[in-house]
Amino acid sequence: MHETMVAQSLFEAILAEADKHHARPVSARLTCGQLNSVNEDVLVFAFAAVSRGSVCEGLTLEIVQKPLAAHCTDCDRDFRVDLEQPRCSHCGGRHFTLLPDPPLVLEEIEFETE
Amino acid sequence: MDKQTVGKRILSANEQFAQANAELLAAHNLVCLNMISSPGSGKTTLLARTITDLKGRLRIGVIEGDLRTDLDAQRIRATQAPAVQIETKGSCHLSAEQVHGALGQLPLADLDMVIIENVGNLVCPASFVLGESAKIVVLSVAEGDDKPAKYPSIFARSAALLINKIDLLAAEGLADFDTDRVRTDASRLNRSIEIFPLSARTGQGMESWYDWLAARVRS
Repeated sequence: MHETMVAQSLFEAILAEADKHHARPVSARLTCGQLNSVNEDVLVFAFAAVSRGSVCEGLTLEIVQKPLAAHCTDCDRDFRVDLEQPRCSHCGGRHFTLLPDPPLVLEEIEFETE
Repeated sequence: MDKQTVGKRILSANEQFAQANAELLAAHNLVCLNMISSPGSGKTTLLARTITDLKGRLRIGVIEGDLRTDLDAQRIRATQAPAVQIETKGSCHLSAEQVHGALGQLPLADLDMVIIENVGNLVCPASFVLGESAKIVVLSVAEGDDKPAKYPSIFARSAALLINKIDLLAAEGLADFDTDRVRTDASRLNRSIEIFPLSARTGQGMESWYDWLAARVRS
């Protein structure tokens, strides 16, 4: 995925929240789906570059990858998919449809308090 | 420390434009396909032949995405179909906002379908919705049969997989492309993906693809 664009959008979102709370953000937590496959190292590097000289400089990013889920049409249950071994964890069936991949979400920001 | 819950979608600006595109397309009763592949898989040749062969059956407008030049739009216009070129000037994927501008330049009322030829790249375009009805992925046999395993996102999200340049399978040294492996790996990621082995150069296998396209417009 295009981490530079994600870093820029993320930076703008965190900056807007910092303005709202009149505080310096020190860390932020992001969640994303497995298929969006944001590369953590690349995003951290890009974020450091776009946030240099701003109130967000030095902010710690935490990126939580959400597992990919599928619905098994054999046993009618949802399960976590392992793309290496794609079969239902309940019944072992191979007939399933992938559920929508979770989008990129800025979940939480931690601000410095005075 | 003061923790604040935010819950903001990061790429929501792109998603809003994609939603607007989907509404515009629906208002004109148009099917829209987002075509994604590596550079050199033969997307433009495939599109040009499809438009020519379906003349009188399906009216297709095209949005072309490339880093530089309008060479591809010129090739599409040579078939008499309307085409708009987006030059991304270095960006590795099309954004919904760029497509929004291009849709405004197409004669939507005179079309049955819009096909967006995305920037040649199997990775980034998979993550940016454009307002399309479906994604289609093109894989040419010269790229190797391991691509669904290596680049799962786009295969998991596509409604159809076109395996192009199958005429090359007869060439010496390419006989090791295993079509069955591609089928197995792609279907594992996506049970409902429709797979069309074809050659845009010789025309082999193109009829099944055309029937699939026509069925999407009727439904």
